[in-house]
Amino acid sequence: MTSELDIFVGNTTLIDEDVYRLWLDGYSVTDAVALRVRSGILEQTGATAAVLQSDTMDHYRTFHMLERLLHLLHQLIFQIPPSRLTVYPFWMGLTQPSESPARPRQTPFPLFYGGYYAFDEAFVREVLGKKLSKGTKKDLDDISTKTGITLKSCRRQFDNFKRVFKVVEEMRGSLVDNIQQHFLLSDRLARDYAAIVFFANNRFETGKKKLQYLSFGDFAFCAELMIQNWTLGAVGEAPTDPDSQMDDMDMDLDKEFLQDLKELKVLVADKDLLDLHKSLVCTALRGKLGVFSEMEANFKNLSRGLVNVAAKLTHNKDVRDLFVDLVEKFVEPCRSDHWPLSDVRFFLNQYSASVHSLDGFRHQALWDRYMGTLRGCLLRLYHD
Amino acid sequence: MPGKLKVKIVAGRHLPVMDRASDLTDAFVEVKFGNTTFKTDVYLKSLNPQWNSEWFKFEVDDEDLQDEPLQITVLDHDTYSANDAIGKVYIDIDPLLYSEAATVISGWFPIYDTIHGIRGEINVVVKVDLFNDLNRFRQSSCGVKFFCTTSIPKCYRAVIIHGFVEELVVNEDPEYQWIDRIRTPRASNEARQRLISLMSGELQRKIGLKVLEMRGNAVVGYLQCFDLEGESGLVVRAIGTACTLDKLSSPAAFLPACNSPSKEMKEIPFNEDPNPNTHSSGPSTPLKNQTYSFSPSKSYSRQSSSSDTDLSLTPKTAPYPQGPRIYLCPSSPSLSCGSLHLKKSCLLLSESSLTPHHSSLVSPVLRKSVSFSGELFLAASGMGSGSAGKEGGPFKALLRQQTQSALEQREFPFFTLTAFPPGFLVHVGGVVSARSVKLLDRIHNPDEPETRDAWWAEIRQEIKSHAKALGCHAVVGYSESTSICEEVCILSASGTAAVLNPRFLQDGTVEGCLEQRLEENLPTRCGFCHIPYDELNMPFPAHLTYCYNCRKQKVPDVLFTTIDLPTDATVIGKGCLIQARLCRLKKKAQAEANATAISNLLPFMEYEVHTQLMNKLKLKGMNALFGLRIQITVGENMLMGLASATGVYLAALPTPGGIQIAGKTPNDGSYEQHISHMQKKINDTIAKNKELYEINPPEISEEIIGSPIPEPRQRSRLLRSQSESSDEVTELDLSHGKKDAFVLEIDDTDAMEDVHSLLTDVPPPSGFYSCNTEIMPGINNWTSEIQMFTSVRVIRLSSLNLTNQALNKNFNDLCENLLKSLYFKLRSMIPCCLCHVNFTVSLPEDELIQVTVTAVAITFDKNQALQTTKTPVEKSLQRASTDNEELLQFPLELCSDSLPSHPFPPAKAVTVEKASPVGDGNFRNRSAPPCANSTVGVVKMTPLSFIPGAKITKYLGIINMFFIRETTSLREEGGVSGFLHAFIAEVFAMVRAHVAALGGNAVVSYIMKQCVFMENPNKNQAQCLINVSGDAVVFVRESDLEVVSSQQPTTNCQSSCTEGEVTT
Repeated sequence: MTSELDIFVGNTTLIDEDVYRLWLDGYSVTDAVALRVRSGILEQTGATAAVLQSDTMDHYRTFHMLERLLHLLHQLIFQIPPSRLTVYPFWMGLTQPSESPARPRQTPFPLFYGGYYAFDEAFVREVLGKKLSKGTKKDLDDISTKTGITLKSCRRQFDNFKRVFKVVEEMRGSLVDNIQQHFLLSDRLARDYAAIVFFANNRFETGKKKLQYLSFGDFAFCAELMIQNWTLGAVGEAPTDPDSQMDDMDMDLDKEFLQDLKELKVLVADKDLLDLHKSLVCTALRGKLGVFSEMEANFKNLSRGLVNVAAKLTHNKDVRDLFVDLVEKFVEPCRSDHWPLSDVRFFLNQYSASVHSLDGFRHQALWDRYMGTLRGCLLRLYHD
Repeated sequence: MPGKLKVKIVAGRHLPVMDRASDLTDAFVEVKFGNTTFKTDVYLKSLNPQWNSEWFKFEVDDEDLQDEPLQITVLDHDTYSANDAIGKVYIDIDPLLYSEAATVISGWFPIYDTIHGIRGEINVVVKVDLFNDLNRFRQSSCGVKFFCTTSIPKCYRAVIIHGFVEELVVNEDPEYQWIDRIRTPRASNEARQRLISLMSGELQRKIGLKVLEMRGNAVVGYLQCFDLEGESGLVVRAIGTACTLDKLSSPAAFLPACNSPSKEMKEIPFNEDPNPNTHSSGPSTPLKNQTYSFSPSKSYSRQSSSSDTDLSLTPKTAPYPQGPRIYLCPSSPSLSCGSLHLKKSCLLLSESSLTPHHSSLVSPVLRKSVSFSGELFLAASGMGSGSAGKEGGPFKALLRQQTQSALEQREFPFFTLTAFPPGFLVHVGGVVSARSVKLLDRIHNPDEPETRDAWWAEIRQEIKSHAKALGCHAVVGYSESTSICEEVCILSASGTAAVLNPRFLQDGTVEGCLEQRLEENLPTRCGFCHIPYDELNMPFPAHLTYCYNCRKQKVPDVLFTTIDLPTDATVIGKGCLIQARLCRLKKKAQAEANATAISNLLPFMEYEVHTQLMNKLKLKGMNALFGLRIQITVGENMLMGLASATGVYLAALPTPGGIQIAGKTPNDGSYEQHISHMQKKINDTIAKNKELYEINPPEISEEIIGSPIPEPRQRSRLLRSQSESSDEVTELDLSHGKKDAFVLEIDDTDAMEDVHSLLTDVPPPSGFYSCNTEIMPGINNWTSEIQMFTSVRVIRLSSLNLTNQALNKNFNDLCENLLKSLYFKLRSMIPCCLCHVNFTVSLPEDELIQVTVTAVAITFDKNQALQTTKTPVEKSLQRASTDNEELLQFPLELCSDSLPSHPFPPAKAVTVEKASPVGDGNFRNRSAPPCANSTVGVVKMTPLSFIPGAKITKYLGIINMFFIRETTSLREEGGVSGFLHAFIAEVFAMVRAHVAALGGNAVVSYIMKQCVFMENPNKNQAQCLINVSGDAVVFVRESDLEVVSSQQPTTNCQSSCTEGEVTT
């Protein structure tokens, strides 16, 4: 007696969260069954191994089907009960203009999409800032080996990044809002995806050895600040001409702004200005800083580093190396002198504020836009 | 020219990419009805086209409106080559033809292609303008409502239940036409879908006509089936029960909800029924003189019954409680209509060869039977005559005559209903069934499907005569089915012989209703168990005892029925699903030889299935089966029998005895030890089951007051004292029952096997219950979570040395494992009950067994369940009976005031205050009015006729859909499992979309009538046909209703509330 066919179809699709997790993690049916057995489910429920096998197969089939239909329909085919609701999906045709009253705009949806779009920190850290193209996909094998995440799971996560990137790439308006509306992800997840998309779009280098100590959270934090302050959307310029090139307002850095940053160079190029700046900062911080002498000795180097990073941002190559530069030019020197974080904060605050007292310097607004964001980023990046 | 059909194509969405180059589609739509076709413009380059077409108008006969489906085809425009079809939508516009159902069909329909499945959706609006008075057009039957529900639909009341309607139409199957060789599979599938759609439309129209002739306005319990006879054609047949229904006015519809939260609706399926649960005394059921001029089976179809022996099998397992003898009356093959005409029938629980009954008066008052001469016999029975003064009135006599004639006029006094208005069912005799094996032959003249008609007529006659043998004049819970393999077809029919109360069968005049209200007490809740046949001339030997409830009437010790448990029946403990499973190998043979072989096997199978059922019932410690359905499936080299039923312990029937095992060879010591070991195991199982299902019948000898069901008994005593004449208390055979052990003799390995198999059935895990009836006896506090599901399994038998035992074991394991899987899958719903569990077995190929299960899991509140094991009716009665005469008068007043048109049953008024303490908590805690949208968008599906925790406010029409899906890339679609899983999910999606388009939010009485799956893995191909049906409804959550009604109480509601208070 062999089983030829074995299915269970409910009017509402039941999702077993444990099996779903196993599936997301890319386990094969056999492995999943073994893991479930180990979890003691047989003893809890009095089920047999055959039942478990059948159940797991069935769930896997359902997930495959859901996955396949992900891009098309549909709530239409899988009524999923609202009880496990975490997010609202996009593919239910909910954003269509002519809705019949029987199909409301917001239909409850379960964790399926939320879970489906969840990612592993270890994985995202590997691909963050890389081009989401086919070439990278070949590297998935390596990533899988390195991180211990199954290849299947890697592929899913990578495809998710790509999918979200493709959809929001062509859209106007707030990146986070777009992601949230279209993929109906939780706020948190949408912000993370915004960071991933932003990094992928600007190709920030994150893989260098000296950046390894940084977590995805660190980068996501910086990405959010940069999106808020350094992009076109940040200026709040409403696109007057809808067909203009300003489509990717939140994804691309404001070119004009980057161009203008060259003007900051005067702060280090003009020796008087640099000295004045240093004395202003030192005067203000004397006695308040534990590492005052180190700061005083290093001021010019640090300032040069920060201003040069700004001045170089006109070149794409240098934009990519932004984080490498920040770590090299600022984080590492400070760390080697054992600055405590509070001192870094004092210093950065004073460093940016004192510029306002430099009479010969005319680019105060530009400085603030640059330094305001950078200060936030540096503080976040400054840890062991 | 009575109708104008208007169709508007609004938009499409998620269309598939048809042009690879641009990744887009240039879609347009063809709208076809009858022979007229309209087209929309081509909407270029979009996957979400907005056609916003004009209204396409079709002017058509209402006959066509009923027959034809609206056919919408979405195509991709191609300038250079032929346009590619994306898919189709068939819309049955029948629901628009009744006045009370849907007025418009509007919504997103999945675009379906038989090769690719669902490919996007299309938004369509359909309206119908009807011009003339519909009833003048006799070719059409617009306006007749159809319900799949096998009880009186919730928002209606039955004025009259007319009876059986049937019809069948035949055609050639397009799949077998010559043209099929040259057309594409898609074209062939579509031809088939369209033809079946047309045929069901025609069938429905014809049935409607019959209903109109009977002066009814609705068909309830409508069951339509397809017989895919292969080469010989396609038969679409339907049966149903014609009724005259009255829509309950909407205030009334709101009434229960505004008064009684949560419970009432789900507990009292008939709470809408106008029949007041009066507590007045007075007996009922007029005598029914049946003068069927109809002699026993001989007269039909059996040209030569002589050649066959009337073999009577008495089971070796000695005292067989009920129906121990099965009389088989096989008749020899006789040629008729040029085809081999084999017939074998088997009557369960009764015998089919009638002997003239000499009736006698058992007790002058309780039972009246009159005998006419010769073969005309009459089984009359009435629940105690009571003679409380009202009885003898001339009106009653008149009524009696009317009943008689009403039933007589009917060719087949059959009812497809399984649940009835209170008081409708008087007595139940037992299950009657008949089967017949036929050889299929090409249907030569599709317009006159006489052969098929004759076949069914024959079977029905047989059923009728069986019922008569049981002293019953009607058959309820009636159903028909077929099983086809190659050119052999088994036709089966079964039902429950019953004696009915005439009042629903008659045109109830105003007086009539009044009269009935006065004297129509409920014939006590044990009434239906009382034997309808004559005690001295029992059709089969059975142990009769006095009813354990009223102690006045005789009851059998076991009762098998095909109906749902009557709501007013007293059940002890909970019920459970009981299945008998059986396989029999048979030699492969051709045509006649094959048919003969099958006919020879059938009686043995019936017998064994019955024995198994009986054994398992005993093992559960129960004494009655409801919802019994025996399916016999024929395959190339085997026959399968699967019987499912819900076992319960009826308080009115005696306690079942245990099972005694007796060995044949007592000398062998070890053998005896073995036997005693088995015996112990069996006894343990029985004890365990009794505990599991909470079966604690009251001690027989207990005094009335001390018994756990005191009120009803008091009431019946009250009754008795009022009806002076019937007061003679008869001797009770108290000792009986306990001693009545059921002996299983183990004399060979077969029997051993049987006993073992008895013990292999594992009870469901704790927190789970299962039944195949609508609701689980003993559970009545359902919560609102429901999950309908279909599960399909196919196993391949290893062909090596298959024996009957191995086969049985395989089949048993298949079913048991399937159930186990279900329990596991649904474990998150615990505590829950699988209701309406419906198993279907088919044998698609030599070594394949396919089992399809559809059921619904409903959660319930465990705490409440423990407290209230009694049925709600009983509860209200209890309560009522504790009150005094005031209450007795109350219904009288109400009736005289409001007369029949005012259906405010006092029972409802009682529930008002009964429910309020329970409901208060809910009511107050309810926060903001639930957002109306909260549940919209999710369409519920359930095989039950109700939705727990909700009230059905409107029936929108019948859903009857037939789909074919085929694939030539089976592996790519995930193999057979992936293919079928996707298809069933798609079918659900399409059903839901159609319901939503009608404005509904649920399908009730949903049933998957056919799921024919064929595969050819070598060719990477598979095909599947699915036929589903149900009633589209609008339901409102009771919680929502409460809010609505509390905000704007209607005057009616208020008045009835005050009335309710007055009674207290």
